[in-house]
Formats: sequence, structure tokens, C-alpha cells
Amino acid sequence: MKKSLKALALLAAGACVMGALSGCGGSKKSEDANVIKVGGLLEMTGGSASFGISSKNAIDLVFKEINTKGVLGGKKLELVVADTKSEASEATNGMQKLLSQDKVVAVIGPNQSSAVIASGAINNGMKVLDITPMGTNPDVTVDPKTGKTREHSFRACFIDPFQGTVMANYVYKDLGIRKAAIYIDNTSDYAKGLAAFFKENFVKNGGSVVAEEAYLQKDTDFKSTLTKIKAADPDFIYIPGYYQEVGLIVKQAREIGLNVPMAGGDGWDSSKLPEIAGKAALNNTFFTNLYSPDDTSDLNKKFVAEYQKAYNTKPDVFAALAYDCALLVAKAIEDAQSTEPAKISAAMAKIKGFKGVSGEVTFNEQHNPIKSAVIIEHKDGVQTFKSKVNP
Amino acid sequence: MDPIRKFDLKAIIACILIYAVVQGLIAVEVIGPFWELNIVLICINIILAVSLNLINGYTGQFSIGHAGFMAVGAYTGAVITVKLGLPFALGLVVATISAGLLGFLIGLPTLRLDGDYLAIATLGLGEIIRICILNIDYVGGASGLMGIPRFTNFTVAFWLMIAIIFFIKNFKNSAPGRCCLAIRENEIAADTMGINTTKYKVMAFTLGASFAGTAGCLFSHYFFLAHPATFTFMKSFDILTMVVLGGLGSMTGSICGATLLTFISAYLSDFPEWRMVIYSVTMIVLMLRRPQGLFGSEELSRKMFRLGGRQNG
Repeated sequence: MKKSLKALALLAAGACVMGALSGCGGSKKSEDANVIKVGGLLEMTGGSASFGISSKNAIDLVFKEINTKGVLGGKKLELVVADTKSEASEATNGMQKLLSQDKVVAVIGPNQSSAVIASGAINNGMKVLDITPMGTNPDVTVDPKTGKTREHSFRACFIDPFQGTVMANYVYKDLGIRKAAIYIDNTSDYAKGLAAFFKENFVKNGGSVVAEEAYLQKDTDFKSTLTKIKAADPDFIYIPGYYQEVGLIVKQAREIGLNVPMAGGDGWDSSKLPEIAGKAALNNTFFTNLYSPDDTSDLNKKFVAEYQKAYNTKPDVFAALAYDCALLVAKAIEDAQSTEPAKISAAMAKIKGFKGVSGEVTFNEQHNPIKSAVIIEHKDGVQTFKSKVNP
Repeated sequence: MDPIRKFDLKAIIACILIYAVVQGLIAVEVIGPFWELNIVLICINIILAVSLNLINGYTGQFSIGHAGFMAVGAYTGAVITVKLGLPFALGLVVATISAGLLGFLIGLPTLRLDGDYLAIATLGLGEIIRICILNIDYVGGASGLMGIPRFTNFTVAFWLMIAIIFFIKNFKNSAPGRCCLAIRENEIAADTMGINTTKYKVMAFTLGASFAGTAGCLFSHYFFLAHPATFTFMKSFDILTMVVLGGLGSMTGSICGATLLTFISAYLSDFPEWRMVIYSVTMIVLMLRRPQGLFGSEELSRKMFRLGGRQNG
């Protein structure tokens, strides 16, 4: 009893210390007039941690470079990171913390659409700009109920439907495929959106969808469904989903002798995919993306070189778009000539013809950039740039 | 006045004082929106923990499907306010009743199982509820139900929490409550003494489930959304962790467990990489040093301190 009471007292003391620390959390940071805080609401842990970590790396690069000169006449940008744990309600929590505790002037992230939509209620309520690198769902910037644009929500990527359309046209026209199967991640609205637009455009072109199956995130055995798909004898399988399940699906499909081409969306973009699927199995697979590190623009070459030097790996799309986001935020602050969040939002909406590593960005009224898509092929586990499709 | 009434009166006065102080601090902005959010989250977590404690701690049934009932409450509440445009109060009531009803229907067959089997059944149940929601397009399917207005505030969450705590405290001291305790201690003996064990197990399960529904409704109306990914079995484990940390069968333990874990989680948000490490180390240390939880099955009371004082002195 005595020992346990001691442990109890210790824990209680710990709780008190924590309470005390948290109590003064609001006031402990003295505001440095020469530092402008920008929030990074990113997936640092959880299922999509690789997205958030790539994004953070890229933002760090931008801020480091900008801080050699400074913005608004020598002020430094500082990134304050909050974790979304890859979950929507935690993103809301994190957004609240960034805006009210850290008092950031703008926020970059998260990458997952559902998290952006959930946390969007907070930053739009407090009138602070948020720009998501990869939140591709249309509802991110537009309120589906009223059809109005969310004033303080922006994105650096194109919206979901475009990718499904691009892939449908590409496989029908360039690969000459007529019979396709679709295998959808049923837990993700992103996958469902891509699949719907792929199907619509593929059928419109004259192709037919011979099988439509679904899986759930965190599934690990896909063989029975794949056997079913194989029986339908498709020439091609469209798998809009995220890399963890996609890797296993590709691997298991090859194991049962399903050797047709397969393709998906930007959820495939991860350096983990070749590790999960195996390099050989990945041959003859493609995906649409917003960005390819092999893009030949000067800006991109410089970015890839810098990123590789700093982190010893090629940047993925989450890094590239976060890089553009960070540049856009810096430009908006510079354009606004102010650190007042509302003015930064207004300046962001006016940005036209901004040249980023992922292409040119001009925002339309719905705060969506109009930009091109790339198609990437896996060759022995290496992503190679295949073609670029304009909107 | 008899001593129990006197205690209740004192407790209510204490609650009013706590409420006044916290509400005052929020009003003068000493507690900013971030900590206000976490205080509301603590209230919600306390409701979840005490209601799970009613099932796991008092009645001795090992349920790990609490997030499922929370999801039912979160979604039905949101459907009432968002889709049907009815008042929030009605949403809370319907959320509570529907989760309770589901708990009752599920409890009848599953509570005949015990131990590990019941745990597996409730775990499966939680997942079934989540997968069902995923496939109902009316409530948004995989993208979740968005655009829920923020009706929950500190006042609502706090007083509902207090009401539920009092309800469960009084339930424990009532005749059915004593039957539940008897079932926990020894189900066969309780049966022999003429207690209808199934009836009381289902009763505790239904009550626990319905309060989880209340908490779910508060949750969805605070975080603007009801999303299936929120209500995975990890959420059930979170709640279970709070109960076990505080001590199974101790109401004050559950309250402290919920408060402590929510605080740890909020405080560590500055160190995302370390959050899970510190969290797990805390759990391991606790399980090694005090496997029965902070309070065991005792309640935090003056008696506990007196006992400690004498031993130390």
C-alpha cells in the first residue's frame, strides 16, 4: 500500500506539473516581432505519416532559403508543426492549437481531404488562410450545401475528378484498352471519386467495365477478389487507393498470374510502394500524379537537387506541393505587405501565373489552381516520367 | 439530513464552484480556445470512461466495443440536427436512446458469453457498426458527415457529465447496482442467490451504451464532423485505457484516468514524434508498478488520505 501510494503521489505530482506548464502555455512564448509564424498541420504519425513528413521536409527547405533574405524586409518565417495523427478530429484539435496557442498567420496542410474539410471550419471561423498541398476533394474549398467558396481555404493541387478523367482517356486512347476492371478502396471518398470519373469517361469513350470490386483499408488478403477479377478477364485494372493496400494488391495479383497493366491515382506515390509490392511486380503499372521529379523545368531541377542533398532521397509529390504551398504563403505575405491573416488570404486569392515546381498556379474563383497532370510509369521499381496531360 | 444526501449536496456545491471557476477563466480568456477544446474533450472522455466503467468495472463484463456506441450516438445526433433540422437537445436524447436500444438488442445475445468471448463479440460489434456507417451514403459514407454545427460547449458538456456521474453513482448504490457488483464478484454465487444475472448484465450494458451515445453526440457537435475513421477499435482501446489506468471499478479512478490521458495527449501535441513513445512508456510503467490501476477499485475519498497519512506518519 505504501509503495503504491508513493507511485500515486508521483503520478499526481506529474499531472500537477503538466497542468502548470499547460496553464502558462499561452503566455510563455514572448512574441518576437521579427518572426512570422506559419502553421504546418501535417500527418506526423498514423497511417499517412509519410505524407506529412515529406511535406514538412519541403517546407523546412523553403523557409530556410527564404530566411537568408527574409520577408517583409528581413522578417523570418518559422514553421510550427501540429500533428493530425492522420485523423480528421485530431486535425481540428491541431488547427485550434495552431491558431489560438501559437497564433500563426497562415496554415499549410493537412494532406488528407477529410482532415482539411474538418479543420476548415476552424480556420474559416477565425479567418486565417489554410492551403492544403494534396487535399483533392472538391468540398475542400467549396461548401457543398451553399455552393459558396470557402474564403480562407486554398489548395495547390487539382481536384479528384480530373485524375480519373485523365487516366480513362490515357488508357483508352494511348494504350488501346477496351475492357477494364475497377478495384476500389471503399473506405475512402477519394478513391470513390476517382473511380466514378474513370468509369464515366472510360464508358463514354466506348470501353466497358467488366468487373467492379471493393476492399477496405487495412485489408491484407486480396487474393479471392483478385481471382474473381481474373475470371472476368479484363485488359486493365484501375485501383484508386493508397499505397499500403495497393502494394499488396499488385503483389498478390502478379502471384495469381494476373499480368495486365494496372493504374491508380496519386495515392500510389510513395517510396514504400516498391518495397511492399516488389520491384518486378510493379512493372507495367502507371499512375496519374500532380508532379514528377523528372520534370525538366529549371525550378524543379533546383528543387530536386536541394531536396536530395538535404534528405538523401528524391522528393515525392507531397514534398513538391508542400514546397509550392510554402512559396505561395511567402508570396502572399509579401504581396499583402502585412502579417494580418485576412489580408494574406485576400492576397493569395489574387495570385496569378505563379511558377512552382509542380507547374503554374492561377487560382480560379473556387480557389482551385488550374494545372497539368503527369502520368508516371514504374520501371523496375523506379518512377519514370511518361507523359504530361494538360487540362 | 442523512449522510448520503449531505454528501450529494456538498458534491453539487463543489461542482457549481468548479464550473464557475472554469467558465470564469474561459470568459476572461485565461483559458484559450485550445485548452477550452481540451477541457470539453475531457468532459466527453469522462462520460465515456465512467459509462464503460459501469460495464467493465462494476458488472465485470469485458466490453471493448464502446467506440461503436459512440459512433451511433454521434451519427444519430448529427442526423437529427443537420439532416432534419431539429434542436440539439432532441438530438442528444435520440442519440442516447438509440445507442441504448442498440446496446440492449446486442446485449441480450452477447452477454450470455463471458470473458474473452464477450470481448471478441463486442470488438466485432464495434467494427460492424463502423463498416455499416461506411456504406450508408445518407450519412456521407467514407467521407463522413460534414457541416455539423458546433452546439456543444463547456456548459452543456460539463453538466451532462455531472448528471451522468451522479446517475451512475446512484445506480451503483441502488438494488440493481448491488446486483451488478454481486455478478462481478461471482456470477455463479449471484445466480444461486436468486439474482437474474442476464437481466442485470443487460441493464448495465444498455446504460453504458446509451451514455456512450450521449458522449458521441457531444463529440460530433464539437468537432464539426462525424467520421468513421474516428470510431475505430483504437478509440475503444483509448477509453478502456482510461478506465484501466484509473482502476477498474473505481468511478473517481475513471475520472482521473480520462483527465490525465487527455491532458497527456494534448500536452504532447508539441512533440508529435514522441507522443506515442511517452504514452506507451506511461502505460508500461503503470502496469509494472500498479497493475490494478491508480485507485484499484477504491474511490478517492477522505478515508484514503487518512489511511495514507497514518502509514507515512
